[in-house]
Amino acid sequence: MKRQIPLALVIILCFLFVGHTFIPHKISDNFYQWWLSWVRTMTSFAVVLGVMSLFTVHWGKISRRMPNWQYSIVTLGALVFTSASGFIWGTQQGTPYMWLFKNVQMPMSSTMFSLLAFYIASAAYKAFRARSPEATVLLVSAIIVMIAQVPIGMAISKWIPEISNWILNVPNLAAKRGVALGVGLGGTAVSLKIMLGIERTYLGSGD
Amino acid sequence: MLENISNLVAAFLTLSIFSFLWKDNPFYRFAEHLLVGVSMGYAIPLVYKNVFIPFLYTPIFLQRQYALIFPAILGTFFIFRFNRKLAWLSRYPIVFSMGIIGMGVPLSMHASVLVQMRSAMLPIMDINSFIIFIGTITILLYFFFSKSHEGVYGKFTKIGIWYMMIGFGASFGYTVMARLSLLIGRIQFLVHDFLKLI
Repeated sequence: MKRQIPLALVIILCFLFVGHTFIPHKISDNFYQWWLSWVRTMTSFAVVLGVMSLFTVHWGKISRRMPNWQYSIVTLGALVFTSASGFIWGTQQGTPYMWLFKNVQMPMSSTMFSLLAFYIASAAYKAFRARSPEATVLLVSAIIVMIAQVPIGMAISKWIPEISNWILNVPNLAAKRGVALGVGLGGTAVSLKIMLGIERTYLGSGD
Repeated sequence: MLENISNLVAAFLTLSIFSFLWKDNPFYRFAEHLLVGVSMGYAIPLVYKNVFIPFLYTPIFLQRQYALIFPAILGTFFIFRFNRKLAWLSRYPIVFSMGIIGMGVPLSMHASVLVQMRSAMLPIMDINSFIIFIGTITILLYFFFSKSHEGVYGKFTKIGIWYMMIGFGASFGYTVMARLSLLIGRIQFLVHDFLKLI
């Protein structure tokens, strides 16, 4: 009941879906549509799980007065206020909800990502200091691709954009293809292990 | 007036996050926690509007598809994840969604393996197609871990590593450029929109 039935359910559903892929029949299509409507209905509750998880973590920090508990008030307050503004005033343009998105969420997330420019530069410097031939190849390839993206690349030499294109279309293509084949075979192997009940970590620990 | 307040708020939060470059500090922590809360709070009304209403409320209450009450009850089992004794019930909605993996086996085999193999098995007409062919083969040899990477075999896998380094370098270059354009956007906002210096 606790492990065997969920496991059996996965195995049966997986085999039914393999059949659905190879049998283009109305019954097979109806089965897929039925499954899709059920999963869509269940999905909204997964968000409830996420919100409850965030609440549990931060409420625990506040109630136990853990180090930096004051910041948890900021997180929970922002969560409640933003979602409440969406429900009260709507989600269309010109509402407080969209104001929060444009002036709070969007500037902060893009700044957070732009911070990575500094850390990527420091990581590149550390890789260069390693002085291994592989790290040098990586950096030379990266520098050519980067310089070719900006006008200075063309100003240095008209060959830089040409070399960049060659890197992207020839050795990069081979690398991407090799990695895609490896990922595809690995993904298929893991899926087969789940289908046959060999891989069971998704059931979690406990009974 | 509202535009000035909006710019002030956005500039304060932008600078608070940039302050992390100096070191971890209360301004950065405040902005970081605010970002988590606002992002989650932003997602809730959207999920309600785009998932809960069209796929749960409308079919059950307006279209009278009462059979969907069963998956709705099954969906509530997610919440039992927090109860140690009843946590096993949360496996049911998870495994029901996982059935799609069965469809993924033939589809990933087709999309990631067969299509890629077909693209790789082209007549070698010029030097570039020869370079691509060698690269694909040596990378696949590198990912074959049942044989130790020594001797002649090790030399071939080394070529595969060099190909991957060129590929990773290209991806790295693109990532750096994307991050730099975001950085330029933020600096442009501070200098142009907020300080109005240019």
